[in-house]
Amino acid sequence: MNLHELWSIFVMQGFAGISLFSVLLLMGLGLALIFGQMGVINMAHGEFMALGAYTTYFCSTLVQDHAPRLLPFYFPLAIVLAFVLSAALGAFVEWAMIRHLYKRPLDTLLASWGLSLIMQQTYRSIFGAREVTPTLPEWLMGSFKPTDAIDIPINGVFVLALALAVTGGLVIFMFRTPFGLRLRATVQNRAMSNAVGINTKLVDRLAFSIGCGIAGIAGAAFTTIGSTGPDSGSRYIVDAFLVVVFGGAANLLGSVASAFGIAQAQSILEFFLDGTKGKVATLLFIVVILMFRPQGLFPSKVRSS
Amino acid sequence: MSKPADFLLSVESLGVSFDGFKAVDGFNFYLDRNRVHVIIGPNGAGKTTVLDLICGKTKATSGSIKFKDQEIRGLAEHKIVRAGIGRKFQNPSIYENLTVFENLEISHPKGRGVFGCLMFRRTEEVLGRIRAVAEDVALLELLDTEAGILSHGQKQWLEIGMLLMQDPELLMLDEPVAGMSVREREATAKLIKKISGQRSVIVIEHDMEFVKEIADRVTVMHLGKILAEGSMEHVQADPKVIEVYIGH
Amino acid sequence: MLFKTLFKSRAEFLSYAALTLLLVVVLPVLLPVFRLNLFGKYLTYGFVGVGLVLLWGRCGILSLGQGVFFGIGGYCMAMFLKLEASDPITTKIQSTPGIPDFMDWNQLTHLPFFWEPFKHFPVALLAVVLVPTALAFCLGWAMFQRRVGGVYFAIITQAIALIISLGIDGNQGYTGGRNGITDLRTLLGWDIRSTSAQYILYFACVFFLLLCGLAAKYIINTRMGRVLVAIRDREDRVRFSGYDVALCRTFVFALAALISGVGGAFFVLQVGFMSPSLIGIVPSIEMVIFTAVGGRLSVVGAILGSLIVNLGKTTFSEAIPELWLFLMGGTFIAVVMFFPNGVAGLMEPGGWLSTKLEPFKAMLFGRSGPGSGAGNEVVEVVKNTSVSIAQTTEVTK
Repeated sequence: MNLHELWSIFVMQGFAGISLFSVLLLMGLGLALIFGQMGVINMAHGEFMALGAYTTYFCSTLVQDHAPRLLPFYFPLAIVLAFVLSAALGAFVEWAMIRHLYKRPLDTLLASWGLSLIMQQTYRSIFGAREVTPTLPEWLMGSFKPTDAIDIPINGVFVLALALAVTGGLVIFMFRTPFGLRLRATVQNRAMSNAVGINTKLVDRLAFSIGCGIAGIAGAAFTTIGSTGPDSGSRYIVDAFLVVVFGGAANLLGSVASAFGIAQAQSILEFFLDGTKGKVATLLFIVVILMFRPQGLFPSKVRSS
Repeated sequence: MSKPADFLLSVESLGVSFDGFKAVDGFNFYLDRNRVHVIIGPNGAGKTTVLDLICGKTKATSGSIKFKDQEIRGLAEHKIVRAGIGRKFQNPSIYENLTVFENLEISHPKGRGVFGCLMFRRTEEVLGRIRAVAEDVALLELLDTEAGILSHGQKQWLEIGMLLMQDPELLMLDEPVAGMSVREREATAKLIKKISGQRSVIVIEHDMEFVKEIADRVTVMHLGKILAEGSMEHVQADPKVIEVYIGH
Repeated sequence: MLFKTLFKSRAEFLSYAALTLLLVVVLPVLLPVFRLNLFGKYLTYGFVGVGLVLLWGRCGILSLGQGVFFGIGGYCMAMFLKLEASDPITTKIQSTPGIPDFMDWNQLTHLPFFWEPFKHFPVALLAVVLVPTALAFCLGWAMFQRRVGGVYFAIITQAIALIISLGIDGNQGYTGGRNGITDLRTLLGWDIRSTSAQYILYFACVFFLLLCGLAAKYIINTRMGRVLVAIRDREDRVRFSGYDVALCRTFVFALAALISGVGGAFFVLQVGFMSPSLIGIVPSIEMVIFTAVGGRLSVVGAILGSLIVNLGKTTFSEAIPELWLFLMGGTFIAVVMFFPNGVAGLMEPGGWLSTKLEPFKAMLFGRSGPGSGAGNEVVEVVKNTSVSIAQTTEVTK
């Protein structure tokens, strides 16, 4: 193996890491919003992602059966639909369940675990236990070859672009819109926000539902790089939580950095060790760091009161 | 003035900063035994932070804190407590789900280790102490009451009682009469006077009448620094103090 | 004196006695040995539940990695049994006789060093108790010292459960991999699958479970129990009352791990295998579910919870597999949202059920005499439990 080949492996494996990074980032962003900003642990987050994936699959079958000519165009619509459906379900869950448990964060964790069981079984009943893959538009297939040895799949580039766009959108939303300001105010001082006329209940519901909506987008993105089963979401949930905690819970850009680090470490280690060992090594590394630095990589600076 | 070794507590050039903001800066403080020393000052002067620094809740960035000639800066909170410093918080911090009796019992200094806890027995000595302290803080009748349903003033007393159970040599009381009626205030003043017979007390308080009544010595803080120190009459006459209180 | 520490009231004593009666007399008399063995398996989760009552119910620390300690205790026992089952004569067709079959399949030619000590029964027994405890102590000390708590602790312990189960899964040659350690037949030459052995192991399991339950009750009713609750509710004050909060938490975490490990060992003895599927995220969180359903504050509740949920799981997942997860998920949401103190909390005087059923209760319980059949016994247990829970929850209210 010469240096050139090694370099090619690095680039390609690095790119495989980019796909994982994109999914982790999209999962992590939703969680960072829900957990980091609101302190709520949503164990069903992975199932919201699966909802997005199944929505995409559903759109693709629908288009294929009734309007095959539209096949190249349905995907963006599916992403929007994935977002809307997940966000709507998120808002409902917040209303029915989460809002009653804001003062008991450990209990939200357990209740949302119950929810995730129900959602998984729902997928199993509707779509079957087998994994499904939507028919992707032509333009997402194929790959891009800068040199002979390097082969970069277009779907990976697309997912990365989507993840970065959503991140950018969320940052703008959080820091440049009136709602973002209200959300940040509510996080910092709920009582005061109430007093100055912010409808904090509405803020909570919107934040939760947007977080779930982003998970839906993650699911839509996920369909381009893997197939979807009832438990697809739950396979990513621990990683996604670690992304958020490792990045410093309330810090969106920390989540981006930690998603990148975790995904790259995992995919490069997976190449040199075998699959599970690479994952075990990455997780172990993160857990050890978190034990010594529980505030994560980029803690938000707040004067302790 | 006695020489440094005689002080119960001597704090020298103590400072802490939060992200560059100096909440307490160059703070010097000496406390004799069996004295009541009151710290006053406008909001945000750093009074509570000083107590936090002494009891280890906040870690100081510079300076030294010597208690009975032992450096205690950097010790874990429970070790500082075991050295003999008790702390009452601004909002009454008691175990609201436990009864008054259990609140006092849990504060008894015997058996604070893991095995001490497992072997702890309600001996006559323990029961006697609880009774005596409950009498001091006027809660003898309410020993079996759940602490959560006490009045605000009674909660404050209970917390003082919990500190007395610990038998500390230094008590630090953060706003002990906030939210109390006039009569409760008088009773508290008497209580503090009585306590200071065998131990020293640092009090943070806004109520000047109350301060006048209990203070042996007063320190005025402003913007993290000491503005004036001395007897109540002395600091009240200090133009800088008047400036801070009236100028704002 | 000891009696008074164990049982704060007569009702508390009666509920524990009723549970003992149920486990020691009623179930063995009523159930065929196959079913009894199944109940024995459920009860091994009860060990984890007892640990969680101390750790989660009393001290407010939610660990989503209790399966790890259960599993490690189980593996320590399974390794000994596997070595016993892999003597050179039985395994003479292997290319390397005398080592466990899965090692042979993975081209290992000698026993890995960490398997060596498990050739000796006393060492294995000691390991069942010590390894989970030591691991929990180290993890707990590292985290509690740095004040890692609440949801962070839950997430980190969950990640640890994932790491350990993946780690065992991925190293087939050393651990048996995904299939785990199987075909365990004898303990010191004694066939653990015979009917008599299944009875004996069931009773041994019940004995140790009740013993662990008593230990937990002892702790709850001493000063330690009050300090744990105080830490849960007002951590700072405890620190400023002069207690080492991190040490207390580490102690209770290590103790819960120890109890879970014993449960894991009994699981292996009664079921005859151990695998990473009992360690990972799902089983670990299910153990929390059992405890929550039974009642996180009550020792008797947690044991009953592991029985009820697992009985439900076996019954319903056979009869209506489609609906079982809906039922389980729904039950769990309902318990967390509306009955945070579980079945035990429901039954307490003034609790939800007693207010609804007050008129019926007198009628129902008034008539049922002792020893009038199994149904009544169970009712008795439940009834008495309810009273005892009331007693125990009073402390924490």
